[in-house]
Amino acid sequence: MKTKILMAMALFSGLYLVRNLYVILLQLPDEAAQGAIYRIMYFHVPGWITSFSAYFLAAVASIYYLVKRDSRADEFAVALTEVGTIFTMLGLGTGMVWARIIWGVWWVWDPRLTWAFICFLIYAGYLLLRKTIDEPGQRARIAAVVSLFAFVSVVITYKSIDWWRTQHPGAVLSFRTGGEQRMDPAMEHMLFQNWFALTAFAGVIMMLRLGQERMQRELDALRRYTHNL
Amino acid sequence: MRHVLTIAWKDLRSELRTKESINAAAAFSMVILVLFSFVLDISGDAREFGGGLLWLVFAFAGALVLNRSFAREQSNDCLDALVASPLPGWALFLGKALANFALLAVVELIALPVFGILFNADWLRFPGWIALTCALATWGMTVIGTMFSALTVNLRLRELMLPVLVYPMLIPVLMAAMQLTSALLSGTGITGDDWVWVKLLIGFDIIFTSLSLALIDVILVN
Repeated sequence: MKTKILMAMALFSGLYLVRNLYVILLQLPDEAAQGAIYRIMYFHVPGWITSFSAYFLAAVASIYYLVKRDSRADEFAVALTEVGTIFTMLGLGTGMVWARIIWGVWWVWDPRLTWAFICFLIYAGYLLLRKTIDEPGQRARIAAVVSLFAFVSVVITYKSIDWWRTQHPGAVLSFRTGGEQRMDPAMEHMLFQNWFALTAFAGVIMMLRLGQERMQRELDALRRYTHNL
Repeated sequence: MRHVLTIAWKDLRSELRTKESINAAAAFSMVILVLFSFVLDISGDAREFGGGLLWLVFAFAGALVLNRSFAREQSNDCLDALVASPLPGWALFLGKALANFALLAVVELIALPVFGILFNADWLRFPGWIALTCALATWGMTVIGTMFSALTVNLRLRELMLPVLVYPMLIPVLMAAMQLTSALLSGTGITGDDWVWVKLLIGFDIIFTSLSLALIDVILVN
């Protein structure tokens, strides 16, 4: 039953992404100032939002773990963080391609970009750290604390376009500009649709990773058990 | 508060007797300063890169002090004894952080004049601001360093994991301190644009100090 729901979700998000691609590439017009390359925004912006949502949920799961000591929360935290890191890489990658075309360089050391990169480094450190601790309880405890520390960098990255003068485009989505329409409604609508599709896709791979993590734990427990025999 | 001072004094006394980390950190900071003088062309003065250079030196040298903070309690199971003692966890953390702060301050006091001489930097133009920047940034470094020293104290690959985790977390503090120090060295002082860095430092210190105090018990007690 569970696998069937997961399969259905995967199919849905896959088809939705294909349909979105069709609209993005063939129906929506080029943007006036940037030309065709602006389309990368439909993946860049939702990718980052998905990534940060995953980190946020991982922080919530970590708090839950620290309060209740429920190892299932730790499973969620690791699955969410891994998916978040993948989407961080997607965000950095798409941003770099866009920057190469618009700014002429792959990378600039601008506050927003720098913070995003710091975020990536910190969460990469979190994942590395998990690999080096064998004892599950200790691993979950330490990882939960690090996850909370790391989330501060997410908040700073999110707010960095407001706090510093940066080369990165400022807020355009209506929920961040206080309702002011800074982008064509059709384009914004499409961006939200692709956000939904990407989030559904992220949910699917998160659930798959969660299943792997559970299997891994069961294996580890069996291994410990046979070792003690 | 009495507990905090007890721990801080204990750490400082054991450090004063052996002078292990402070000597190492001071010597290491000199080595980095000399190495940098070969890398960079320092014909004029330190205005452009002075701040960055100085805080890299402090970050590398400071890590030597901070890494040892909890690791030194491992011999003879001192850490278990400390955790089992009636001290609350936050007092243990705060005491250790205060001791580390004092040690880092000593290293900085040694390194600043040397830096001034080697790189022709004038520290006394804005003494109050320099002191404030150093104090805020050093406290940020201390809190993160002490916390992660506690986090990784029982890990198999402690020496590997600590720098991987600590340096990215420290980037905000170092970035702010570098910007402020460079602005102060260049003689312009703190102007409108620099305030965001002062606020960042204060915010960083408050957020991470409270997070650490709230979470230290989770780390120390199984």
